[in-house]
Amino acid sequence: MSATARRSRLPMILSVILAFYVLVLYGPVVLLPVFSFNDNIYAVFPLTQFTTKWYHQLTDNEAMLSALWASIKIAAASAVIATILGFLVAKAMTRYRVPAKNFFYAVFMLPLILPTIIKGASLLSFFRQYLDIPLSLWTIGAAHVTVTIPFAMLILIARLESFDRSLEEASADLGMNAWETAWRITLPLAMPGLIASLLLCFIVSFDEFMLAFFLSGSQPTLPIYMFGLLRFPESMPMMLALGSCILFFSIIAVTITEMLRLKRSEALL
Amino acid sequence: MTSARVLARSGGRRTRLARLSDILPPQWQRSDAFISLLLMAPAFLFIAVMLFASVSTLVLVSFRELTDPGMPVVYTLNNYLALFAPEGDIYRALLLRSLWIPLLTTVAVILVAYPFAYVLAFHVHRYKAVWLILVTIPFWISYFLRVASWKVILGENGVVNSFLAWLGVIDHPLEFLLYNRGAVIIVLTHSWLVFAILPIYVSLEKIDRSFLEAAKDLGDDAIQVFLRVTLPLSLPGVFSSAILIFVRAAGDYVTPSLFGGISGTMIGNLIVSLFTAEDNAPMAAAVSVFLMLALVIVVCAVALLYWLWKKWRASL
Repeated sequence: MSATARRSRLPMILSVILAFYVLVLYGPVVLLPVFSFNDNIYAVFPLTQFTTKWYHQLTDNEAMLSALWASIKIAAASAVIATILGFLVAKAMTRYRVPAKNFFYAVFMLPLILPTIIKGASLLSFFRQYLDIPLSLWTIGAAHVTVTIPFAMLILIARLESFDRSLEEASADLGMNAWETAWRITLPLAMPGLIASLLLCFIVSFDEFMLAFFLSGSQPTLPIYMFGLLRFPESMPMMLALGSCILFFSIIAVTITEMLRLKRSEALL
Repeated sequence: MTSARVLARSGGRRTRLARLSDILPPQWQRSDAFISLLLMAPAFLFIAVMLFASVSTLVLVSFRELTDPGMPVVYTLNNYLALFAPEGDIYRALLLRSLWIPLLTTVAVILVAYPFAYVLAFHVHRYKAVWLILVTIPFWISYFLRVASWKVILGENGVVNSFLAWLGVIDHPLEFLLYNRGAVIIVLTHSWLVFAILPIYVSLEKIDRSFLEAAKDLGDDAIQVFLRVTLPLSLPGVFSSAILIFVRAAGDYVTPSLFGGISGTMIGNLIVSLFTAEDNAPMAAAVSVFLMLALVIVVCAVALLYWLWKKWRASL
């Protein structure tokens, strides 16, 4: 098969199938913003009238705002910590001969594989029965750092592998010490990966429900608050409006990250 | 500007700043093993404490007797005996269902995701990056939101019911859409779909295209090429995503509690209610350990089958 034939256009039928798949993938979440502007307490067709009143209801809702603030604090802190820890691991994995590499890799991936309910139950027993510390935003934050480390590590390994390590060696040969090399070569080149890792870890923590459900004290996080909203049919529109806002910011953040990850390292030099 | 460079510029002998590692024996300072362990230590210790220590606590707590706070801790096997006692069939039924529903979900996810990944890997050449980003975005959208949005679709006043009523097909809401096993499987399949598309796509994309052409030149038709070359080479991606989805779906709580009703309740709901409503942490821990063991056994069995299959293929 020649190169030109390979680059040929997608057959009509396949484009339709792909478009259908994407529609199925996005279908349910796209309905959130659609009904969040609909002037009806139930999410039913046909749409009645355009309204922004559910969004207004959100902005003067004290409980929601404090849950939002709690989620932002936890997500920001765990994103920063997980990215630092993940960066150190990625540095070791890509620049040194790590002894028992597969073992360490498996350990760092474990938080991703273990079922969330087991993690939640274990951490709850650990904090309450063993350490006997009260549940708070701190306990949720500690759990979120654990589950975001694998994401930070994977993103940063991919980033550190994507640029030539001879740049770092050249810097060492030109007389810089390890810290100067890290500061002037490795960090700037890894920057898109670091930003991607910060954003994605933030999203993962911000959206995390199950661990927060087990480990929250009196102050709920946003997903916990939303789970509560789902129980009452009359608060459904507010939940739709809130969900649409989260959706909007997540999609922007993920699009930025994906573009950063696709961007080539040469562009920075 | 660091002091070392100031010194170097001022004509003085270049002195190296004292480093923490100077206290170590020189043969360690340059050892890859030592530096890499040092770099990995913070993350490793964190995960060790948060996962190993806490799972150990869970196992320990599962052997405790339920006592009032302040009373001495008593260790017992009763929690596990209760799981296997004749009147404990609710535990076993829920566990079985929590393996059965994720199994059906995993099969459904793979069947739906595979063709999509296949078309993406072999037939999409234009705007491939755009398609990939489109598939990646839902991966990062809140799992909770993706599940909750199904409430809008399947609910009593949801999209399906109101649409059908508007068309005049039905005059009262369809009850079977919500609160049963089928709803749980549909929602789980949809929300785990993205976790299969990407790994399968990656394993298909990695296949050396010359293998496919070689098979074709040797007289295989399209179906034979797929069955004898493409499918076997993509199985690692299929298996790794299947195991991830199976294990994570088995411990799900959100979907069964929003859509499960009675027939779709899973073991996650039981664990949560033992922890919260019944305040029986030891029993909740025992059920969690029970689930963990069952998952380990299933995953090991699948891994063994996969290994045997690979050996069998190699011997052909």
